[in-house]
Amino acid sequence: MEIHKADIIILGAGLAGLRAAISAAETNKNLKIAVVSKVFFLRSHSTAAEGGTAAVLYEGDSYDLHAYDTIKGSDYLADQDAVEIFVRTMPKEVLDLDHWGCPWSRLPDGRIAQRPFGGHSFPRATYAADRTGFHALHTLYERMLIYENIERFQEYFVTSIMIDNGTFTGLTAMNMKTGEYVIFQGKALIIAAGGLGRLYSFTTYSHTVTGDGAAMALRAGLPLEDMEFIQFHPTGLVPSGILITEGARGEGGYLLNKDGDRFMKKYAPQKMELAPRDVVSRSIMWEILEGRGYSGPWGPYVYLDLRHLGDEKIKERLPAIRDIAIKFNNINPKDEPIPVRPAAHYTMGGIQVGNDTMSPVKGIFASGEASCVSIHGANRLGSNSTAECLVFGDISGRNAALYVEKIQNIPDLNMDKVKEEENWLYKEPFKERGSESVATLRRELQNTMQEKVGIFRNEKDLTDALKIIKDLQKRFDNVYVEDKNMYYNTNLMTYFELRNLLEVAEVVVLGAIARKESRGAHYRTDYPKRDDVNWMKHTIAIKRAGKIELSYIPVRVTKWQPEERKY
Amino acid sequence: MDKVIFKIKRGTPEEWQYVEYEVPVEKGTTILDGLYYIRDNIDHTLSFRASCRMEVCGSCAMMVNNFPRTTCSTQIENVKPDGTKNGIKVIKLEPLSGYPWIRDLVVDFDDFFKKHESVKPYIIRKETPEGQLLQSPEQLAKFKQLTLCIKCGACVAACPISNSDPLYLGPAALAAAYRFNADSRDEGKNKRLAVVSDPEGCWRCHFSAECSEACPKDVDPASAIQKLKVQAAVFEFKRIFTGRKDGEK
Repeated sequence: MEIHKADIIILGAGLAGLRAAISAAETNKNLKIAVVSKVFFLRSHSTAAEGGTAAVLYEGDSYDLHAYDTIKGSDYLADQDAVEIFVRTMPKEVLDLDHWGCPWSRLPDGRIAQRPFGGHSFPRATYAADRTGFHALHTLYERMLIYENIERFQEYFVTSIMIDNGTFTGLTAMNMKTGEYVIFQGKALIIAAGGLGRLYSFTTYSHTVTGDGAAMALRAGLPLEDMEFIQFHPTGLVPSGILITEGARGEGGYLLNKDGDRFMKKYAPQKMELAPRDVVSRSIMWEILEGRGYSGPWGPYVYLDLRHLGDEKIKERLPAIRDIAIKFNNINPKDEPIPVRPAAHYTMGGIQVGNDTMSPVKGIFASGEASCVSIHGANRLGSNSTAECLVFGDISGRNAALYVEKIQNIPDLNMDKVKEEENWLYKEPFKERGSESVATLRRELQNTMQEKVGIFRNEKDLTDALKIIKDLQKRFDNVYVEDKNMYYNTNLMTYFELRNLLEVAEVVVLGAIARKESRGAHYRTDYPKRDDVNWMKHTIAIKRAGKIELSYIPVRVTKWQPEERKY
Repeated sequence: MDKVIFKIKRGTPEEWQYVEYEVPVEKGTTILDGLYYIRDNIDHTLSFRASCRMEVCGSCAMMVNNFPRTTCSTQIENVKPDGTKNGIKVIKLEPLSGYPWIRDLVVDFDDFFKKHESVKPYIIRKETPEGQLLQSPEQLAKFKQLTLCIKCGACVAACPISNSDPLYLGPAALAAAYRFNADSRDEGKNKRLAVVSDPEGCWRCHFSAECSEACPKDVDPASAIQKLKVQAAVFEFKRIFTGRKDGEK
């Protein structure tokens, strides 16, 4: 057994996790910080973010405007005090990345460039070509290397969060390279483990985004907030689902139906293609449902047309999109439009935390997509997610450092629980029984979520989905891991991931069944209107004795009263 | 073409063999799609790394018919076969060359990342600036291409020196050193040159340029290493001239 001790343990090494690590290390150079991830840090899904990161940098823009755009975009479910902290802190984050080497795209005078993005009324998406997440992640990784008090644990699969007497005590994990059992003991934990998009079959997410953080939090008794809100990005490349950035529309790209119409004029006459993602995704699906989409062997689609931008602009501003279209679809966007369809892209919900990123359990913090502060409410604006990771990653790192400074000793672990988890991890998956495979169950889960818990939802589909998920959870007991070799056993890792996906799927669906209104990304065809009287509130899900219980907490409003959302 | 045979090197350094799998292929199917097909439908025990499947995370590089490639962005149709069997095209897949092998298609990247870290691949400045560090598009262009490195490790697998000399820093780390040396915001050039001037640093490169050919992102580490050699030569001269290890005046 490997045992590691640290003051702060950070679970996840994407933008939020690495930002938190740097912040904690800077707050106190004497703290020992352990960053743990199931992938090499640079493989984290943050690297796939493309278009930009939102910040108020220049004249003509203002914090109030960014806050208003974000809150209106959230369909008035964002907590407004949190949004105000967010918009005010973000410019500093852009500067930090600049100082640390991020290759921001530049204006002719050498200043950092910005571009328009969906739902933003000022071009404030700060970008590094169309590889913003990639460059930001690499910059943070590189910066992290200078801190001697940050220890890296890469390719460690964490399996449970240990809490005793209402206080965090440690994590259990498996070293993927050796298969060894691992214990991490610490005074504080920051969960920055990302989203859960591989619940869906058509998605922009990396294969590794399987809701591990949310599922472990749920098992440990932490509350999850607003999990029913799943964002569908309007332009997932058909058939792979690879993200085609909103920046493509920010630079002037058109969405066209099969009649060659820029159909967004019907749905969002002012913002057109740059309406928020929930609006654009629904519009595309309406076009498809009403027969104005294209159909192909991999399902329906519409076109994203960049031809009028010209080769030079595409190469300069959207080089990755050009590369993706050529390498994956054999299409050069200067000559041909790109086939797209909405794809699962972002998890608005997450572990419930306050503006200080603290969860209700002592010593546990969360930031980034794994958390729900909430600044995104029912629908996140493009370029606000990488920004959130930076701002709240920083806050979580600093607050965790200040928290552990006051704690003398690392709390003791409950060794019975440690043993119990070890038993489960090394015996349960290998028990030979039944004939179910990880792949079959995962496919059925993803198809169910895609068909019944997607962009358009209704009571019948959702209750059907819940039944299927419950059944899949039972069938999971009949899955066993054939691979007995413990060196880099991906069969076993995907088994753990499937278990996590099945647990969080239930929370998503339960929240969606309960919420009898349409708000942001949660659209109920049987309740097509937003209902501020009954539903302007956050969903909280907690697992008690194996059962998920829902409750609700109010939205924090400062100065923006709900209004009708028109674009 | 509707199917292909993947001939995969499987096992561990102690015990291994080539195993063949038939994989269905349609237009656009990538090698990585094929690997997932095998793991999901034929043999759950096949071990390989992958994540983003859009050539940005750098997880999935391996030897494809003896040449290192990121498999997510390699369409099967575009690969020249390693031969045929019963009229079906055969593609040979092996773990990246030049790395310690763990199992199946998974190699150990620890040394790769350590070498990267050793060249101080981050901005070094004496003081923290206040506002933006202005950088013109022309200044950015001097190193922009080098920032595209996804750390997939293909260049190291292609490099004949890296394959024969485990101490050589290798093309990825050296390109990273030059990337920061060429950044107008940086003040740490000499610190990096002190590292890369080592006999196992840039002077070990014989400019076979296989690294640049293998790079899926057109980073061109080979030419970066040549530019680094020029900087290192000047640095060495200054070191002798000033008698100071760091080459500063």
